[in-house]
Amino acid sequence: MGARVVTVTSGKGGVGKTTTTANISVALSRLNQRVVMLDADIGLRNLDVVTGLENRIVYDIVDVVEGRCNLRQALIKHKQFPSLYLIPAAQTRDKTAISPADMLDIVAKLKPEFDFVIIDSPAGIERGFRNAIAPADEVLIVTNPEVSAVRDADRIIGLLEAENKQPGKLVINRLKPDMVKKGEMLSADDITDILALDIIGIVPEDEFVIPASNSGVPVTLNEDSKAGLAFQNIARRLLGENVPLMDLEQQPGFFRRLVKLFNG
Amino acid sequence: MTNFFDRMFGKNNKPGTGATAKARLEFVLVHDRINLPPERMAAMKAEILEVIAKYVSYDHEMVDISLEQRDRSSALVADIPFQKAKDVLASDEDYDSDLKSWEESKIQQAEAEFDDATGKAQDITEPSFIDDDELNPEAEGDDED
Repeated sequence: MGARVVTVTSGKGGVGKTTTTANISVALSRLNQRVVMLDADIGLRNLDVVTGLENRIVYDIVDVVEGRCNLRQALIKHKQFPSLYLIPAAQTRDKTAISPADMLDIVAKLKPEFDFVIIDSPAGIERGFRNAIAPADEVLIVTNPEVSAVRDADRIIGLLEAENKQPGKLVINRLKPDMVKKGEMLSADDITDILALDIIGIVPEDEFVIPASNSGVPVTLNEDSKAGLAFQNIARRLLGENVPLMDLEQQPGFFRRLVKLFNG
Repeated sequence: MTNFFDRMFGKNNKPGTGATAKARLEFVLVHDRINLPPERMAAMKAEILEVIAKYVSYDHEMVDISLEQRDRSSALVADIPFQKAKDVLASDEDYDSDLKSWEESKIQQAEAEFDDATGKAQDITEPSFIDDDELNPEAEGDDED
C-alpha cells in the first residue's frame, strides 16, 4: 500500500502549479493526512517560499540523490501542520541533476511513511516533467481559461496517454465568473469539452491569493477566500468525498439589475 | 429600446471572445493532436480527391473533408457526394467529345473506302454459306421416301 502519489503539472508556466500543490497539500494535512510535498522544479524552486519554509532548508533533493544526506535529513517538517513535510528542489542545479529512476527510488522510500506524496512539476515537457510524472499514480493538470494554457494542457494529456498513465484530472485555476458570464472567457464546460477530461476543481480568481503567497501562508487557510475553499474542496475530492462544484455564478437578481441599469 | 430590454433581462446575444477562444482552440488542437499542420492537411485532401476522381464523378461544390474529434481521438470524415447518373452523362464533356470523334472517324472511314473503289462502293464479299444439299444429301433422300 503506502502513499498515493499525485503529480501536479500543466505544460505552461505560471498557471498555478505551485500554488495548487501547496494548497492541496496543506488542505490534505488539515484533513489528518500525512503529506510530503516534493519540489521537482530543480533550479527554479518556489514551493518552499509559497509554504513559508524557505528559511529551513538545509538539504535538497539533489543532495539526497548524490548521497550528501539521507532522505530523512532532507525532509522539512511544517511547524504549523505537523503531518506536512517538504523535500525542496535544488536551486543551483538543473533538471538533469536527477533522473526519472531517481524519482522512483525516492518516492518508493517515502511511500510507506505517508498517505500522500504530492509532486510539484516544473513547466515544460522535458526532463523535469518526465522526472515529475515518472512515479505518479495520479496526475492533476492545472490550466487557466486561456487558449495558450488549454493548448499546453492538451499536450500534457497526450504525453500522459503516451506514457500509459491514467488520464489526469483538471484543475481550472484563475477563472473569472463575471467574464465567463459576459462570454469573454472560456467556461469550465468549454474546457472540459475541448480536453475531454474530468474536472477535480475550479478555482476562481481571488484577491487573497497574492497576499497569501506574499506572506508564505497558503490561501486555503483564509476562510474568506473562495480560491482557498476551492482548494479545500479539491483535497476532499481526492479523499473520495463527493463535494459538488462551487456555484461561482452569482445570478444578479432583478433588483440588482435594476440598480445597475440606473447606475449605467 | 432593445438595449434597454437586453440590459433589463440580462440578455446578451453577441457572442464574446470566449466563443472565439473555443473555436480557435478546437481548430489548433485537431492539428496538434495528429501532428498534421493545415497545409499538409490541404495537400492530403487534394490527393484524396484526385484518386476519387479517377473512379467516379463527384460534386465539387459539396465536398467536405474534415477532421473530427471523438473525445480525445481524431477521425478524418469525408463527405463526397457523387453526381447523379444523368448529371454525369449530361456534364461529362470528355465522354461527349469521345463519342463525337468516334462517329466522325467512322464516317471518314466509310468515305475513304468509297473513294478507294474508284467512285463505286467496294464489293462487299458476301459470306459464303455451305450448301445444305452438299452437306446433307441424305435429307433429300428422306423426303423422297
